[in-house]
Order: sequence, then structure tokens, then C-alpha cells
Amino acid sequence: MALTLDRRRFLSTLGCSLAASPFVTPMAFADMPSDNRLVVVILRGAMDGLDALQPYGDPDLVRLRPGFDTGPAGGALDLTGFHALAPGLADLMPLWRAGQLGFAQAVSTPYRGRRSHFDGQDILEAGTAGEVPPLSGRDGWLNRLLAGLPQATGRTAFAIGRDDMLLLRGEAPASSWAPDAALDLTQATRDLLLHVYHDDPLFRETAEEALLLSADGPDKRKEGQDKVEALFTFAAKQLSGSARIAALSIPGWDSHRNQANQLRRPYGRLAAGILRLQADLGPVWDRTTVLAMTEFGRTAAENGTRGTDHGTGGTLVVAGGAVRGGQVWGQWPGLAEADLLDRRDLMPTGDVRSYAAWAMRGLFGLDAAFLTSTVFPSVEMGPDPGLLA
Amino acid sequence: MTLSPTLAAVRFGTGLSPQVPAPRGASDMLDRLAGPDHMAQRFPQPGWDVRVAGVMQWIRLRQNRKNGDAAVDAFREHARVFNAGYHADLARIVARAARTEDGFRERLAWFWADHFTVSEGQGRLRKTISGYTEDAVRPYITGRFGDLLVSAVMHPAMVSYLDQDRSVGPGSRRGQRGGGLNENLAREVLELHTLGVGGSYTQSDVRQLAELLTGLTVTKEGLPHFQPNSAEPGAEIVLGRSYGQERAADSGAIVRVLQDLAVHPDTARHLSAKLARHFLADTPPDGLVQAMAVRWIATDGDLLSVYGVLLDHPVSAEPTLRKVRRPLEFVAAATRALGPVDRLPEQGNRLIRTMLINPMRLMGQPLQRAPGPDGWPEAAEAWVTPQTLAARIQWGMDLAGRWPNLPDPRAFVDTALADLASPRTRFAAQAAEDRRSGIGLILSSPEFQRR
Repeated sequence: MALTLDRRRFLSTLGCSLAASPFVTPMAFADMPSDNRLVVVILRGAMDGLDALQPYGDPDLVRLRPGFDTGPAGGALDLTGFHALAPGLADLMPLWRAGQLGFAQAVSTPYRGRRSHFDGQDILEAGTAGEVPPLSGRDGWLNRLLAGLPQATGRTAFAIGRDDMLLLRGEAPASSWAPDAALDLTQATRDLLLHVYHDDPLFRETAEEALLLSADGPDKRKEGQDKVEALFTFAAKQLSGSARIAALSIPGWDSHRNQANQLRRPYGRLAAGILRLQADLGPVWDRTTVLAMTEFGRTAAENGTRGTDHGTGGTLVVAGGAVRGGQVWGQWPGLAEADLLDRRDLMPTGDVRSYAAWAMRGLFGLDAAFLTSTVFPSVEMGPDPGLLA
Repeated sequence: MTLSPTLAAVRFGTGLSPQVPAPRGASDMLDRLAGPDHMAQRFPQPGWDVRVAGVMQWIRLRQNRKNGDAAVDAFREHARVFNAGYHADLARIVARAARTEDGFRERLAWFWADHFTVSEGQGRLRKTISGYTEDAVRPYITGRFGDLLVSAVMHPAMVSYLDQDRSVGPGSRRGQRGGGLNENLAREVLELHTLGVGGSYTQSDVRQLAELLTGLTVTKEGLPHFQPNSAEPGAEIVLGRSYGQERAADSGAIVRVLQDLAVHPDTARHLSAKLARHFLADTPPDGLVQAMAVRWIATDGDLLSVYGVLLDHPVSAEPTLRKVRRPLEFVAAATRALGPVDRLPEQGNRLIRTMLINPMRLMGQPLQRAPGPDGWPEAAEAWVTPQTLAARIQWGMDLAGRWPNLPDPRAFVDTALADLASPRTRFAAQAAEDRRSGIGLILSSPEFQRR
């Protein structure tokens, strides 16, 4: 308990002493690239898009997945009369009804063939066409986006969590912070730390910023809050201030065995994370778009261990107050054997990059030429799918 | 000005220790380097062969899991032991650095392992990287650069990492049935390992070297193999010299081109600058780089001679600490300053994970996971960000909190920093509210974070 009091005291003095720091002052309400917010969630391990968004209206789904609970009859929540929402995402139903949740079906990156998580995630985050990007000098599409926002500062975009996010790696300055890196120091120690750092500007300024960011950390993490949800709490905090873009990831989607069981936790985290943003962002939620994307989909058929294997076409989750939700975008390719890719995977009919490009165009007013040359080289944007309200 | 013992330990070694005396100076360091590798004997790292055999077993047992519960248990047990090896790797790396009287060797081993980066990956690159650095890098860091280059570039780890095992000569017997050239390794050899990105090579040299490297591959078991059926027939011209007219059955032409690249003036210049940048300053004095490169050429790339030029240069003895310790250097130096760690490698996985593996990830340098073949960044700013600095500070506090028989901070400031301690840090050491935060503050100080 003494610690709590200490921390409070420590935070209040922090506010004073930091006011003089050139690192912290003018940022807060300076010219922003835009008032809109973008949150990109990477679902690592390949989410089964045919389970998250179940196209139960296609009779082949039950045929391919006889051992799974499928569609409203299996407990999923009907969305369109053709699609149903996985029960694990049921908490998101109010957003769907409010038009703040939608899905793009049968999407993928241009990655084909080898179905490796690592390569798939690298391509998803690099935003490149087809080939695995070269190992040296890789950067991510969110970082390249920053180049198109002239007022962007190092605080405009945040990579949140312990993962090294290729998505935001690159030339443009961006911030990264793992809430569990938060400093837990008493006031006396904090004062001595800044005393020790006083004559070394690199250490002094960085420590001042770390102390500020730490103030948004564990104190705000509610008793027993899940560590992934804590990342969303931190994201909301930053997006309520000067940040406009947040990138984070949710692991645990690689459901080769006992899929229903295995997906409970990642579904719960995705739903809780989105709802955490909605709750914490308050009015800013209306200007927020969340894109939750994965490296590839999974096999159309269930495998021998009540799971699914690595596939191709999958589902993009789009949420937020800025979204024109309550609908499913994209063309349905069908699940008949002849319609599948390599007779095993959902055939992609859309490029996940084109949806992301349209979202960024709407949110940040970027022109298509910049998006199709710099952000997503050689992407075909196609007609506007109308993601945003 | 000559190199002081404190700077010798801090700038070129793994830091000061209450048990191990600092090197007396440059010649003391070079003498030790020329002698036997005591730490490799005291804390042996399993080599590549043992590790790839473990990977093969892992794959076999994994496929076997469908044969019932016993098979699942067998896989789990193997995976547990296998993964524990990764934790023990880091514990041994830190233990060596903490205990050694030959700290320059550890630093050079890290430098060259970074120069010849192979990152943790899938298949045979899963938890095997320390075996590669132990076998193919560490034994060669005091010899001629050409031998180090040949050893690292032709090792199965590098051949796998940079896709050389997928490269097939278009005119070879296998190439006529399909498959093609992959330039990845050839490009990185020229751009990263030898001449440098500004070096005097052209795309044609990359292509010719790629053709010359064909045939270099890896067996299914992860062992080196030369496959003549994949080797591009005929001679290749690299930097104006012809190699491989006789390309029948072995990799002799590949060794020859690497030995030639190793003593090219661009290589001498590139790697002298890289060494100076790593040990001394992000922008090292040009005269030093020049002097090192001259010695490189004069000695056919004898690394000990080149290190000697570096150590003897006046800038090496300047007290200003321009470089920031990388997370591994910091973690090792802190552990060394606190005292005996001989039993670190025997600690449980959980302790090593919470005290070393996870914190180093938060500090931005997860073990064996450099972002690409160009290795870890060099600039101070890349290592001092809010998250990574917070992780360093918090780790120092946590380490102090767990350390048995914690020293008095007022004494520890001399143990850890000697004459480098600033008045501000000395003040903090005696003003701290308890021993733990006193030690944590000393470990966080700029003088301890820098070298």
C-alpha cells in the first residue's frame, strides 16, 4: 500500500519537473496529421477466418467441417443470414448492431504456396507483393505510411507490446513501448535517477519520457487484467493524446488441434481489446478504425485432430466508430472443391492490402498514387469497398 | 596517453569485477588473446553437430505424436530439454563474460558473431545458432580474417540462413532439370561480410560469385555438403579474377575467392572502420581506420595485428565514453560487477528466462534474433529508447533485489566504475534509500551504460 501512495506522489512531481523537458512539451496538441485514429492488430499464427466469420449459408461448410459446431445451429450468432459470428466473439455483437463492426471475407496477402507463419507475417507486415522481403533493410507499411503524413512526429505512431513489429519498423521515427517495461520506482529513486542522468542528454531525455510512459502503465492495469488487454489500454491512452496510429499483436491463432478450445483465448482477447478501445477512447472512438488481420487463412476442411491447417484465404476484421459496419465486404468464392485454391484453401478474392489502403486513404486523405507506390508497392486498390462511414 | 586498466576492462572487455583484476593494458590483453581460450573450456557450449541432431530428433518425435500418448510425452520431454538448451546458452555466454580474465576475447566473439549474423529461425536454425558461433566463429577470431570468413560463410548455418542451399547453377546438371540461382549469400558476402556496401563490386560480380557458390549446400542432417551436380560449370570472373575452371568435385574455388576477398583493400577498410566504430565511437577517427587498414593489408588480414593498432591508438585511451553498451554487454557487465556466477548455467529455466532471456528482449536484443544479416545496430540512439532504457533500469533494480549478500553501494560504485564514477553517481550511491536502489542506480548510470 505504501507503494501506491509513493507512486501517486511520484507521478504528481513528475508532471512538474517534466514541463521543462523539450522532449515532452509542445507535442500534446500541436498540428496533427489528422484527427482520425488507426489501430492495426496483427493476429499471429493464422486466424481461421472461416470460423471467426462462418459462411454457414454455404452448404459446403458443414460438409468440410462435420466435426465443428457451425452456424447458428452450433451456437454462432447470425449476422447476415449467410454469415454467423463465432461464439467466442459474441461480445462484439453490440458493435455489429451499431454498425461499428464489419468483415472482409476471402482476403489474403499476395503470399502463396509455402504457408510459413514467419514468411507470411513478414509479407503481411512489410506489405510487399509475393516474395518474402529481403532480410536487410526491411521496413513495414505503417512506417512507410508515416512518410505521407507531413506533420507526423515520433509520437504519432506507437508499436505496443514486446513484439518487435516489422509493421512499424523503418526510416520514419515512431515510438515503441511495452507496458510491462514500465518503471516501478519510488519517488526518491526516481529523483536520484534524474540526478545521475542530468549531464547526459541522451539518457536524461529518454528516461524522462520513459517515466512519463510508465505512468500510463501498471497503474492503469486493473487487478487481474489480461496482459494483451493491457496493451489495448495503453493504446487507448496514447490515442487519446497525440498518437494517431497504434500497432499491436495478439498471438495464439495456430489452431491445428482442438480448435474450438484453442481459439477461446485469442477470440476473448480480440473482443476484449476492441471493447477496451471503445470504452477508453470515449468520443475519440467515433474517429477510430481498427483493422485486425492475419498472415493467412486456414484449410477449408477440418483436419484429423479437430483443428485446421495452414491455408490461404481468410477474414479481415474491421471495427470502430468510424466504420460503416454491419456488413460483410468482398466476393464469396464458394467452398465447392473446384472453387478452392489447390483444392484445400478458401480462394482469395480480395487483397487485404487494398482494404487497408482504402482505410488509410479515408482516414488520412492520402492519394492513391502514394498508397500504391510507397505504402503497398504495386497493390491493385480496385473500387472503393466503402469501409468508412 | 596509454590505455588504463579501467578503460581496458570497460571499453574492450566485459567490465570491472571484484574478483578478476582488470587487464594491465593493451599488451596484456593481446597476450591473453594469443593464449588459450580458457572460458570455452570452463563453460563449454555444445557445438553445431549435437544441436542439429537434436533438431532432427525434434522433427521425428513431432511427426510421431499421432502414435499415442507415450509418443506425445516423448516429444514434450525432448522439446523441454531442447528449449532449455537455449536458456543455458545465454547463461553460459553471461557466465563466460562474468568470469573471464580475457574479456576482449568475449567482446570480439560477440562482434564477429554479429558481423556474421545468422538469426534464429526454423528447422535447422532452431536453437542451434550458439553452436554455429562456437564452432565457426569463436575459434577463428584471433587468426587470419580469411580463415574466419571461409569458416563462417561456408558453415551450414550461413548456407541455410542466406538460402545458398536453394541455389542451383543454371547450367549445372540439376539446373537443367529446373531450379535456379539465388544471389542472397553472394550479395551479402560482398556487401556485408567483405568489401562493404560502398565497395568496388558490380552486379556482375554478385552474379558471378553466386554462380561460383553453387554446389555449396547442406545435407538433410544439417551437415556441410558440396553437390557437384548443382555447381555451375566453367570459370567465373569475380573482381577481375577467374575462379573455378576445374570445378569438378570440391569447393576449392570457393575457398580461394573468399581468401582473396578477405585481403582486398576495400575489405580491410570496411572492417577496420567497423571494428573502430564498434569499440570506440560511432564516427571513429579516419587516421585510426587508415592505420588499421594498412596493417590489415601488410599482414594479410592478421586480426591480432589489427587489434593491436586499435588498442594502441590514443583515442582508445581517451576517458570520454562515447559508446553505449549493448544489452548483452550491459547484462554481462552488471553480473560481473556483482560477483561470482559460476553456477549460473545450472540455474533453472525459469530463473534464466525471467532474469536474462525476457529482459534482454525488452532491452531490444533478444538472444540470437538480430533483425537481419546486417546484425544489430551500432548507433547509441538505437539502443537508448524509452522502452529499452526502462527495461535496463528496471532489470538493474530487479537484479539487485534478487542478489544474495548485496554489496554496500558506496563500495560497489568503486567496484563497478572505479575512476569512471561521476560525482553525481557517487552521490546517488550514498543517498539511495536502500541497498537495492543504490546498486540499481549505479548500474543505470551513464558511466555504467556506456563504455
